Amino acid sequence: MSQRIPVTELTDSFRGRAKEALEDSQLRTNFRVAMDSLMRKRADAFPDEEEREGLRELGNRIKAGALSRLPDLLEQLETRLTENGVKVHWAETTEEANQIVHGIIKSKQGSQVVKGKSMVSEEMEMNDFLAERDIECLESDMGEYIVQLDGEKPSHIIMPAIHKNRRQVSKLFHDKLGVAETDDVNELIRIGRRTLRTKFMEADVGVSGVNFAIAETGTLLLVENEGNGRMSTTAPPVHVAVTGIEKVVENLRDVVPLVSLLTRSALGQPITTYVNMISGPRKPDELDGPEEVHLVLLDNGRSDAFADAQMRQTLNCIRCGACMNHCPVYTRVGGHTYGEVYPGPIGKIITPHMVGLHQVPDHPSASSLCGACGEVCPVKIPIPELLQRLRQENVKSPAEHPKVDGGAKYSRKERAVWRIWVALNTRPTLYRLFLWAATRFGKLTPKNVGPWTENHTAPVPARRSLHDLARDHLSSQQKQGGQS
Amino acid sequence: MSELFYDAAPNATRVAPDRAGPRSYPEKPAEVTLFGTCVMDLFFPEAGLDAIRLLEREGVRVHFPQEQSCCGQPAWTSGYVKETREVARAQLDLLDNGLPVVVPSGSCAGMFREHYPEVFADEPDTLKRVADLAERTYELTEFLLHVCNVQWQDAGEPTQVALHTSCSARREMNTHLHARELLGKLDKVERLDHDHESECCGFGGTFSVRMPEVAGAMVLDKTRALRESGAAEMVTADGGCLMNINGSLDKQKQSFRGRHLASFLWERVSGEAPS
Repeated sequence: MSQRIPVTELTDSFRGRAKEALEDSQLRTNFRVAMDSLMRKRADAFPDEEEREGLRELGNRIKAGALSRLPDLLEQLETRLTENGVKVHWAETTEEANQIVHGIIKSKQGSQVVKGKSMVSEEMEMNDFLAERDIECLESDMGEYIVQLDGEKPSHIIMPAIHKNRRQVSKLFHDKLGVAETDDVNELIRIGRRTLRTKFMEADVGVSGVNFAIAETGTLLLVENEGNGRMSTTAPPVHVAVTGIEKVVENLRDVVPLVSLLTRSALGQPITTYVNMISGPRKPDELDGPEEVHLVLLDNGRSDAFADAQMRQTLNCIRCGACMNHCPVYTRVGGHTYGEVYPGPIGKIITPHMVGLHQVPDHPSASSLCGACGEVCPVKIPIPELLQRLRQENVKSPAEHPKVDGGAKYSRKERAVWRIWVALNTRPTLYRLFLWAATRFGKLTPKNVGPWTENHTAPVPARRSLHDLARDHLSSQQKQGGQS
Repeated sequence: MSELFYDAAPNATRVAPDRAGPRSYPEKPAEVTLFGTCVMDLFFPEAGLDAIRLLEREGVRVHFPQEQSCCGQPAWTSGYVKETREVARAQLDLLDNGLPVVVPSGSCAGMFREHYPEVFADEPDTLKRVADLAERTYELTEFLLHVCNVQWQDAGEPTQVALHTSCSARREMNTHLHARELLGKLDKVERLDHDHESECCGFGGTFSVRMPEVAGAMVLDKTRALRESGAAEMVTADGGCLMNINGSLDKQKQSFRGRHLASFLWERVSGEAPS
């Protein structure tokens, strides 16, 4: 496993980072405003509930079907791509993937890379890997460009710089690029574009991600809105696409509903401004396009998730970000709080198979299980159910989970508390004795009962329990019934 | 990290029957069991009693087995499967008499209907009883609305309320729709929307003590939205959210309060002052 670079210098725990984020009122406003707008856009993009639910069901079936044939489809993809002249590489780890990309760049004596937006390249920490080898890797997606300029990581998988507002971007451009400050978003974009335009022409290699890899035709499909994806994949002489093995789908027909689900769920768009379908390098009679196209297929724990019938569902993900847009926790703490490449609800369920649950033991608990994520997921990943599964893994004892010497959250004390809870709730006499004591001595409840009283006053038990009230009420009803 | 998933459980695949589509409701039964829930038992018992009165008013005889305790939800959401199963089994045995079960809390009703099948996924014989219980389980507002088909005369003064629905009640039991329709039957009650109405109040069981900072921010936003709705009070059909919201309001020294929908409804239809 590669050394993970901390996103910020904050306290090294979800709770610590969350605390800081919650105190940052600008950050909270930025996220609330942006997420509210995205929720509205998605809702508007699916005006017909029945159509939406039918499409989600179809999306789920297509992805689940593709996953059920994953090894076959990957083989078919490799065959077709190879026939099309695309070189296919397999990487089990992010280290291997980086080595492959570096090898390709080195074979071309390249020193400059321009990159379209790719979360898998973030997962690989490709920029850092290449920088250590004196290769400049410039982000060409505007959001990615902004976070790269500020030495940050993306805070959202679709909108990497969503944690910043226009004034913060203006200040950043002023500080780093020496341009005059401006509140005009179009001007800010023009500033970014001027820098990038020359880079596209100078770059030795263009790197991109992939939204869907189509096995039947050997096509790499890439959606984007800025044109930077098309530039990165066509202007430089070599194009290297990096993606996870779960992105393969059977045929072009399957892609139609998936793209519709993706763009409507992500930004409420019927379709993105650019839809790139890449099926090979420049042919002899063609005027432009890259001379070489490579695809790096990354595993990085995905086959472990694949082996688990329940966790396999995480591989349905088409990376739309709707789960984070609708998450009350993400909206309040932002993406950096998660401290990992993939934030939000989807991050919580895919990060464990990438880095190990022991690295992110707090993540499954950072949810009220409200279910908003599962409700909006375009491919119907039961995110709350999977969070619950991870909570179960987390509290396993060493005996129940010998391979990792118990879950990261296993504690004898906590287990003992739950055993007492079981005893109380399975023995009616004991339970009623507990009710009796609690109602009688309820007033003695201490004012401070741990974390609960940070936000609430201590709950005081009623003077009589429902057990008592119901018994008295029902027996008096019976007497009345007998008399009448 | 494969070792984390070494016991990859094919049996963990969801076994609950597909509940897509509207639920069909039976004729009003003569008798039901009330499952009071542990939170109501200790903190809002009068609301449980009001639920009983509302049912009796519709001519339904209510049983309240004294052996009942908790549905098991706290352990389930904390990841303690075995512990959940033991407590769940006790309730399952107790409720195994074929009577409809009415629950004045959407998340507990949802636990019976949606999560018991997961809890007992390894036990095919138990699953039959679980499916039977699921069929017989109703959240209170759902039962009053669709099984009792209540027709009410509003005996109260004109008022305005905000409705908060717990997330599991909303997503597993459609309680937001049932509660709205019930409130709509009271001609002197106006229901006011509040900002981000469908957003979680931040309770989430143990979430509120494991992540108090985030949960605190959520309940603060929720209580502000409720207060700013202009309503005289908040009503909810879930004890957990009620404890969360009222506990936070009390801490903030606000006079605005929430109360259980059962108590509100009983007051409106009986004309009796709250106990």
